Amino acid sequence: MIAYIFFGLGIFFMFFGVLGVLKFPDIYTRLQASSKCGITGVISIFLGLIIRQGISIFSLKILLISLFILITSPVASHIIAQSAFKSGLKPWRARKPKND
Amino acid sequence: MNFLSLINFILSGIAILSFCRVILGPTPYDRLIGFNLASGVITVIMVVYAVELNRIIYMDVALVYALLSFIGVIAIAKYLRAGDR
Repeated sequence: MIAYIFFGLGIFFMFFGVLGVLKFPDIYTRLQASSKCGITGVISIFLGLIIRQGISIFSLKILLISLFILITSPVASHIIAQSAFKSGLKPWRARKPKND
Repeated sequence: MNFLSLINFILSGIAILSFCRVILGPTPYDRLIGFNLASGVITVIMVVYAVELNRIIYMDVALVYALLSFIGVIAIAKYLRAGDR
């Protein structure tokens, strides 16, 4: 039962992360939605699978993949943001500043 | 219909929606963000499929896919940054 709650939570987070990636106006806001919601959904579905399987070799390997994603996903997001900022892309604003 | 295959179905729809950003992104970084999210979702699809079919060897495929997609994203980001200099 707890596993199904975790599955539903993971699909919820992933759906809204993809919605943010599709609807946000800028690279940096899209990157924020992708990073936060993507990693939360992945880890949540993996937790659901671990609870559903119990202690076995499957859950050990799922834990290994989960640890790997938990390390590498922030690094990838940081490198994409650094590369976009160094190449001169300005962050998005709602309206243009007046006397500028 | 099995419950895990239903989860796989929904996750496949999410991966297709994420590839829409790869197709219609204005800059290369938008395409990179869409690819990063889609590779994470595809890793989850592989793990759920391995648990559903009860094969331990499909889990290694998911691990290698996550590793290779991470290296690919870093290589493309470094390449784009070096091209602007």
